[in-house]
Amino acid sequence: MKKTIITVVGKDTVGIIAKVCTYLANNRINILDISQTIVQGYFNMMMIADMNDSSKPFGDISDELAQIGEEIGVVIRCQREDIFKSMHRV
Amino acid sequence: MINIFEVNETNEMIEKENLDVRTITLGISLLDCITDDLKKLKGNIYDKITTTARDLVKVGKEIEKEYGIPIVNKRISVTPVGLVGASACKSPDDFAKLADTLDEAAGAVGVNFIGGYSALVCKGMTKAEEMLIRSIPQALSSTRLVCSSVNLGSTRTGINMDAVRLMGKIIKETAEATKDSDSLGCAKLVVFCNAPDDNPFMAGAFHGVTEADAVINVGVSGPGVVNTALKKVRGESFEVLCETIKKTAFKVTRVGQLVAGEASVRLGIPFGIVDLSLAPTPAVGDSVADILCEIGLEHAGAPGTTAALALLNDQVKKGGVMASSYVGGLSGAFIPVSEDQGMIDAVCAGSLTIEKLEAMTCVCSVGLDMIAIPGDTAASTISGMIADEMAIGMVNQKTTAVRIIPVIGKGVGENVEFGGLLGHAPIMPVNPYSCEAFVNRKGRIPAPIHSFKN
Repeated sequence: MKKTIITVVGKDTVGIIAKVCTYLANNRINILDISQTIVQGYFNMMMIADMNDSSKPFGDISDELAQIGEEIGVVIRCQREDIFKSMHRV
Repeated sequence: MINIFEVNETNEMIEKENLDVRTITLGISLLDCITDDLKKLKGNIYDKITTTARDLVKVGKEIEKEYGIPIVNKRISVTPVGLVGASACKSPDDFAKLADTLDEAAGAVGVNFIGGYSALVCKGMTKAEEMLIRSIPQALSSTRLVCSSVNLGSTRTGINMDAVRLMGKIIKETAEATKDSDSLGCAKLVVFCNAPDDNPFMAGAFHGVTEADAVINVGVSGPGVVNTALKKVRGESFEVLCETIKKTAFKVTRVGQLVAGEASVRLGIPFGIVDLSLAPTPAVGDSVADILCEIGLEHAGAPGTTAALALLNDQVKKGGVMASSYVGGLSGAFIPVSEDQGMIDAVCAGSLTIEKLEAMTCVCSVGLDMIAIPGDTAASTISGMIADEMAIGMVNQKTTAVRIIPVIGKGVGENVEFGGLLGHAPIMPVNPYSCEAFVNRKGRIPAPIHSFKN
């Protein structure tokens, strides 16, 4: 299973997680893990997701999530987990 | 499992510290294109490149998107054209037509550059190779994407001084032929000693004859990442300094290895090497000179610079080697002037001279790179500078190179703007004394002794 990391960074506001999760549910993307923290006053969330059941191409999901981020004033990024594993695991 | 801090660290490297993959370079052998009919040869070359590299840019963009890592350049390197065109080309004009074909093919597949308009003449020149060299000014002024390189010497063969003398003139002619764009042609022309067969970086990339039919080579970058990591250990011991560079180089290189592997699978082309170079850009914070300053120098060029650079270069290799299954190319720290804002500042402050840069090339990868000199510099003086650099490479068994730009119509104190990744540069003074009688001697400098090393 190829995992995807979704990060949300920005000013905290009501409904960020709700919006992102609704989008993911509508696109049959399963959330495996969520962690969230506030760094220097900024909302900082990371999700590990499984996109295998989604019919949409990765690029479209990434663009649409970025679009949702723009609407609520946060930056949403969608990346394959491999880049982080490569860098941080020997 | 990956945690949020690791994810943030990676993304900060990408967003704030200019971490990127500098290039995916697809090496393509043109040996099977060879024929004695020029028209047919052009057709074969065009077809081979546009077929093999058809999906290169598309795949590069897909990888960028999926991993969130910028891949700045997608490039092609081909078999040295001095070999490919030897049978069909009867004049420098014929060779220049092949350059046009390379340019068209590169344009058709959408890559940023194509390298391999090259000749390997470290011991002697064939007639064809001499014709190719003589065609370089025309080829680089009539094409947009073609890069040219000439290997003039090696540790095993010595230095071909006839070719060194000729290249001094060719660099001047190329500057003249492209004087309307601040002699930009010379930024796409590099001469080497001990040129590697698998270098993914321009202008010196070519697909060596020892290589397979097609191969993926990747060049990483990351001076900004190293610099940021070093800021956190300011004042610490050399041990801490070196460990920090190694760890950072490891992380940067792992990204290159991942991208290379993915590109290889998606294109169905074998992975060749990752080039571990710290390649700066003119962007603020993406500078090798800034790392030297962070190590403890007021400006690059100050006493201690060569030692600091030697340390940096060695630690980058030590960290990177474990991160990649195959390492090759140039692998080390690049020290171009125009492409590195910290180097430009050091030149403007009077801290960095060509002579100090030459000393620095003894311990870094590559050599005198992207240095603008007065347009009225004699061809023999340029040959002398090349010979010096070739000698350093030959004796020290390393790759050295010269990419200098005599900017026609400009002199010391003026500036030249190349734009984009090539940056801008103050024109640097060159030692005014002549080496003409030295350069005019015929023949070659013999290979050095491989024993009694002191």
